[in-house]
Amino acid sequence: MNTTVSVVNPNMAAITINGNDFELDDNEQLNVIEAAERFGIEIPYYCWHPGLSVVASCRMCLVEIGQKNDEGVVRMVPRLMPACQTPARDQTVVVTNSDKVVENRKAVEEYLLLDHPVDCPICDRAGECSLQDYYYEHGRDERRDLPQPFTSRRKDLGPEVTFFADRCVMCSRCVRFTREVSGTAELQVVDRGNKSEIDIFPGHPIDNKLSGNVVDLCPVGALCSRDFLYKQRVWFLNGHDSVCPGCATGCNIRIDEHRNTIYRLKPRHNPNVNDWWICDEGRLGYQYVASSNRLTTPRQRTNGNLCDSEWSNVMQALKHDLNQMIARYGGQALACILSPMLTCEEAYLLTKYVKSLAQDVTLALGKVPVVGEDDVYPKTADSVDAPKFIIRAEKCPNRRGVEAIIRHWDPEVLDFATVHSQIVSGAFRAVILTGGYPQPWLHSEEIAMFSKLDLVILVDILKSEATGKVDYLLPGAAWAEKPGSYLNHAELLQITKRAVRPPGDAHTEGRIFWELAGRQRLYNAGDVLDELAEEVPFFAPCGNGKVGARGVMLGTERNAVSGKNQVLDPRC
Amino acid sequence: MPDFEPVLLKRLNIPDVQRLDVYKGQGGYQATEKTLRQHSPDDVIGIVRDSKLRGRGGAGFPCGVKWGFLPSDRDVTYMCVNADESEPGTFNNRILMEGDPHQVIEGIVIASYATQASVAYIYIRYEFVKAFHTLQRAIDEAYQAGYLGQNILGTNFDLDVYLHRGAAAYICGEETGLIESLEGKRAWPRIKPPFPAVEGAFRKPTVVNNIETLACVPHIVERGADWFQSIGVPSDPMNPRDLGSYGPKLYCLSGHVNRPGCYELALGVTCRELIENQGGGVWKGRKAKAAIPGGISMGLLREDEFDTPLDFDSLQKVGCLGLGTAAVVVFDEQTSLVDVLYNSCRFFAHESCGQCTPCREGTGWMLRIVKRIQQGHGRVEDLDLLVQVAESMGIMPGTTICGLADGAAWPVKNAIAKFRNEFEDAVNSASAKGANVSAATTSSLHTN
Repeated sequence: MNTTVSVVNPNMAAITINGNDFELDDNEQLNVIEAAERFGIEIPYYCWHPGLSVVASCRMCLVEIGQKNDEGVVRMVPRLMPACQTPARDQTVVVTNSDKVVENRKAVEEYLLLDHPVDCPICDRAGECSLQDYYYEHGRDERRDLPQPFTSRRKDLGPEVTFFADRCVMCSRCVRFTREVSGTAELQVVDRGNKSEIDIFPGHPIDNKLSGNVVDLCPVGALCSRDFLYKQRVWFLNGHDSVCPGCATGCNIRIDEHRNTIYRLKPRHNPNVNDWWICDEGRLGYQYVASSNRLTTPRQRTNGNLCDSEWSNVMQALKHDLNQMIARYGGQALACILSPMLTCEEAYLLTKYVKSLAQDVTLALGKVPVVGEDDVYPKTADSVDAPKFIIRAEKCPNRRGVEAIIRHWDPEVLDFATVHSQIVSGAFRAVILTGGYPQPWLHSEEIAMFSKLDLVILVDILKSEATGKVDYLLPGAAWAEKPGSYLNHAELLQITKRAVRPPGDAHTEGRIFWELAGRQRLYNAGDVLDELAEEVPFFAPCGNGKVGARGVMLGTERNAVSGKNQVLDPRC
Repeated sequence: MPDFEPVLLKRLNIPDVQRLDVYKGQGGYQATEKTLRQHSPDDVIGIVRDSKLRGRGGAGFPCGVKWGFLPSDRDVTYMCVNADESEPGTFNNRILMEGDPHQVIEGIVIASYATQASVAYIYIRYEFVKAFHTLQRAIDEAYQAGYLGQNILGTNFDLDVYLHRGAAAYICGEETGLIESLEGKRAWPRIKPPFPAVEGAFRKPTVVNNIETLACVPHIVERGADWFQSIGVPSDPMNPRDLGSYGPKLYCLSGHVNRPGCYELALGVTCRELIENQGGGVWKGRKAKAAIPGGISMGLLREDEFDTPLDFDSLQKVGCLGLGTAAVVVFDEQTSLVDVLYNSCRFFAHESCGQCTPCREGTGWMLRIVKRIQQGHGRVEDLDLLVQVAESMGIMPGTTICGLADGAAWPVKNAIAKFRNEFEDAVNSASAKGANVSAATTSSLHTN
């Protein structure tokens, strides 16, 4: 039906795609690719990316564009126009399924495949490759010219990135990324015409901290991750939505695993947090999860020796010892140190449990690792534009969540340095310590404080000097093994899901604290979040499934969600 | 018929006319004086618009109209002078710069005054060494004499001229390719919109004009739009979209003629007249087979089409893209057009900037096929394939960011349409020799 849509709201744009009328909010300033995707019509593309400047060079997104005048008469532009550089304005007319458009897509695919090395059997990208996918949907059925011999040269461009120049389709996304997002400009195009190649200058590898993103951006298998190279076929990978615990930015990621082994991390698009990017350190932050140094068995000290045990025995003994301690010396003898690596649900369950033992149990925030300063990108001389990515100095995901939980019980948040000096001065007899950091986190001087205590309970994930000196050692879960929520630097609450099981007999902290409290049935993070939303006013907006893919803003910037409301996830 | 009274080449044979004092002695810079003292910038745009001067760089776009695209509320304007002259067969810009550089400078001054440009960048191709030095000397003289710099001729018009050398790339002759190169970047033409008049050099309003076009401007101002329109081919009064072909034109005649050279004539001379009258006929007593009318991008004329007027609008009727740069290259009857096409394809494959897919891959593909045919290994289906590839690059209107792909594909389509028998002979003789090409054989012919 080709009727003129009457525009009631002046901010709504009426556009027509393939004869059907749609309405858009004009303030969103979408291009035709985005507008079409919004209404379920796919326009293929290589070089366009919502996070980069428009070059319109691949010519794959060419469609027919026209304008409808006030009388409803449509005037089509005589030549095909790139959808990526055409704004979807009021009265725009788009045709994506005409013969001209279909033939152009066939032609572009044919051009790209003409000399493309038939590397699919040895190329990482197979299964998630734009060239493969578009060939099936839009390509020509037959090869019209004789195949040429091809090469498949490989050259490492940096510590994270390797490059197969013959596979490159010259979309220039990687070049634009290093100029516009990282601001480090290591990549450029050299030579001309069909001899053009992407390259680095000798002695200047891509070694910026965001270098791995160019691998995500590459629509084919030209740029590959050195970490992931040849390790797994992507169709075997299961993806799990998660949040990176590496720093307070809280980048949205997807954990790709197969049979309980994590193979790689990929960014998810979130305009409120990380856009389309993650940093290299976060990207490789799955490696320590499978470390051989993981704690796998609960241990308790009997007759002076720390021995492996069973969870039921350990939990029973532990609770007995705690109750006895409280009965004899009162709640002020116990300190509970909550690591900023804990999820909100875990922190809530633990604090609720210890406060149920006695009201005057001391709560404290665990060590907050800080490395250097916030790292702001792009690295350009004139940082006039807003930063596009920040790697934060605070290297933990949930300091603000844990603080918010502690504040529910106590007026002030005790930091680790303070509680440590209190322990050393003999203020406490028992301590519950939670860790969960990517590396051993207690210095020898801090471990020495154990000598001032009668009872030390440690929940942690990696073996260290400390793990041999406690009374109860409870093996916990690393970030990829547990569901829950974190509060990032802006107090945005984001939900993370688990991707793999904890090793050996380790349990998630959520399960440990749930069982510690003697609760029935199984620990379920979603249920606990609902409970948290009901009990703690700060978390009230989070209950009843209200936390979606974009998270929920708590605190002072509540509801001040910025960025485009995009659902589009580009082929990356 | 009487010889055409030269306008642009009038002073060419005067010794040392490259010097400012000699140039002034010949009446030079009077147009500049007249313009700055008697006309406002908008007056000048009006005169040039009325003259219907069309660009001589290849597109034939009306110059006054292009100047009118500049936004009226702009704060700064740049003039870019396109002296990249790389269309094969073209050499009139070179002759103008080497022979009469002050005429070029005058054109730049008047055009900059009209468009209120404060800086003019002359982008000259690197290979024009003599022209570079000649023009630079002339610019220095013009500064000294007060025709460039601050307060030209005592008015409040300032103009700085920079002579910027290119580095041997055809794509730098494309207006946005030129601008990117001028800015120190890869000469990848920009997507339009925005157009250079709004966002050009350094993202400021910019006008890009060809050397020959600007050389006409002093004469138009001095002698009037009516005089300019008395030369050439008038527009059809019944057709409001016919812009006519007015003014003198420098025709570059080369190839298989007795007297190749740059000849100034009124627009509208036919190819045959040019060859016979100015060119002294086809060389070695031979007959002509074909000619390129305006740079290789425009396609080819068959000998029986030689009576077509070489103006902006007639050539389309015989299957050429247009007049282009009016570079006429003549091929005698012994020339193989397969060789000609191979040369053309090799040029465009080499010069494609590589930014967009159809041109980057298509020019290389066409070259591969033509080379195969030329070397005697062409398949029967190669001719149709060649035409299909040329057409899928989209020709007028095209599917690429700039017009190089159109220029690359047109001669292919054109040559095979007009001289198919020659190509068929080349292919048939190959298959007659049993050249049934398999993949193994082609591997030894790996092109590029």
